[in-house]
Amino acid sequence: MSYESFKVLKSSAVPLPIENVDTDQIIPARFLKATERKGFGENLFRDWRFTQDNRIKNDFVLNNPIYSGKILVGGNNFGSGSSREHAAWAIYDYGFRCVVSSFFADIFKNNCLNIGVLPVEVSRSFLNHIFEAIYNDTKTELKIDLPNQLISMCDSKLSENFEINSYKKENMINGYDDIDYLYNMKLDIEQFESKSPL
Amino acid sequence: MAKTLFDKVWDAHVVRRIKNGPDVLFIDRHMIHEVTSPVAFLGLKKRKVSVLYPKRTFATADHNTPTKNQHLPVTDPESKNQLEALEKNANEHGISYWGLGHKKNGIVHVVGPEYGITQPGATIVCGDSHTSTHGAFGAIAFGIGTSEVEMVLATQCIMQPKPKKMRITIDGKLNNGVTPKDVALFIISKLTTSGATGYFVEYHGEVFRELSMEGRMTVCNLSIEMGARGGMIAPDSKTFEYIKDREFTPKGEDLLKTKEYWSTLFTDKGAKFDKEFFFKGSEIDPMITFGTNPGMGISITKSIPKARDVDNGKLTYIKSLDYMGYKEGESMLGKPIDYVFIGSCTNGRIEDFRAFASIVSGHKRSKNVTAWLVPGSHKVMEAIKNEGLLEIFKDAEFELREPGCSACLAMNDDKIPAGKYAVSTSNRNFEGRQGPGARTLLASPLVAAAAAITGKITDPRSLI
Repeated sequence: MSYESFKVLKSSAVPLPIENVDTDQIIPARFLKATERKGFGENLFRDWRFTQDNRIKNDFVLNNPIYSGKILVGGNNFGSGSSREHAAWAIYDYGFRCVVSSFFADIFKNNCLNIGVLPVEVSRSFLNHIFEAIYNDTKTELKIDLPNQLISMCDSKLSENFEINSYKKENMINGYDDIDYLYNMKLDIEQFESKSPL
Repeated sequence: MAKTLFDKVWDAHVVRRIKNGPDVLFIDRHMIHEVTSPVAFLGLKKRKVSVLYPKRTFATADHNTPTKNQHLPVTDPESKNQLEALEKNANEHGISYWGLGHKKNGIVHVVGPEYGITQPGATIVCGDSHTSTHGAFGAIAFGIGTSEVEMVLATQCIMQPKPKKMRITIDGKLNNGVTPKDVALFIISKLTTSGATGYFVEYHGEVFRELSMEGRMTVCNLSIEMGARGGMIAPDSKTFEYIKDREFTPKGEDLLKTKEYWSTLFTDKGAKFDKEFFFKGSEIDPMITFGTNPGMGISITKSIPKARDVDNGKLTYIKSLDYMGYKEGESMLGKPIDYVFIGSCTNGRIEDFRAFASIVSGHKRSKNVTAWLVPGSHKVMEAIKNEGLLEIFKDAEFELREPGCSACLAMNDDKIPAGKYAVSTSNRNFEGRQGPGARTLLASPLVAAAAAITGKITDPRSLI
């Protein structure tokens, strides 16, 4: 079963220079009660976007119309905490296709790759350049070139390579998922299972 | 070549290695709950595939279950819907299901070990990050996302790049009043909340050898809070004694085959780790957190560090203290608290309730404190009653609730109100984790008990 393929994305970006953004902030646990994958974007960063009586918090970046785009740029150690894939779903459902940070938590990164959101890990200095550029000009565009594993700032020509393993890269480019692969090796799995001691 | 325990268990489960890609890892045992599994079952339906090995998956309801009046219908329609979905999916696919009210019901990471689902040398996954708990038995156990839950249901495998290896060695003895929770909070405070990201941790040394199985579970449970996918401790006679004769422990001929494998489960002399840390047991005091991630912890007698002395998360340090209503340099001792929560997959086992009882026995709950005592499972609840702890709790004016994840993540009604301070034996002090605006202080059952009877942060050693 496929998801939307990802090759090259050119977009303005939303800056969120907060470190250690955990998945409880990305989507609080009380919004994990659906049995279908829909509507999670509404509650992305719920408690940062809205007060407890549901008034809009104007000082939060997602509520500031001058920032927009398909790329979310986060501070160091983005996505720590719970394994809830709902965090990645919320980011996707809100309209982001790529998250840039200088460091990602493991499970969050895997979850993103499994649903077609590209996590792009850059150096701390490059991350700071991106934040600076966006704050100087909110329309600053970033280009994420997955086939060449290159992230660049369209105006300044600054760019940096990023890592992704070639299996996941192919999957993202073609929109394949892991179950397609695993299902094709079912015989190997069955053989393995029959010998398993546990 | 000398291999680590982690290498041995991982390598024994690789079905295929993909060049420049992940390993295809066979999963022995899979646990599911109501929150992260429904979309995985929907995926199976869309693909028109069934569960490949239903006997390798176990379902329990825990995340959004009420902790009062479990015999009555669940009133929250969304929670009810999720619980019904889990039951329906489990029944449809022939998966054993321990729902609300079932005598084996409880938090997934508490019941797994209780019934012998958790085994040394196994690969264990669950759509919950605290699956790392099961590493206490020398298993490779880690949390996964819903896409991966679907993968395991459909193929009993997941695709993972092999993590790097870290060893944390703590030798010596622990001081009086220092519990496994303090050991874990101490390590996380040293490594920070992302210090072990990308690694799988092995815990070595006298301190871990001396811990009970439940203590080891608490330590391994919190591995994820420093970013590690999981943490493990080599099985020993304590481990084998614990798992003996449990319902899902291998028996007969299976046991012989398994024992042969179990005898290999240790780190070879000279095996290499990618990163090592060494600490001394005597360095560790009772701990408490003061901020909004589990790395923001200090010895209970210390003051809140100054922002200028902080390396990790400097940018958001003050934001975090503002959320907590604290200032740099303040002492933690004596700070008033409003709530106490004892429970969760971190500290919801019988030894935790014994520790809590050891402090509150003969005292009364502080009138300013609302306390929620939530056992991790029915088995724990029964033990609390059978051992006479319930009487102690009642005499001290505490009320025992029914099992579940409860206020750890506040998906049910057990929410700490905005602005209130809760000393919590759970695992995360993130903003709003225990309810919107709630302020969480993570600590051991002893610290929680001391806070519950004094109404403020108190060094439990003064009450022992």
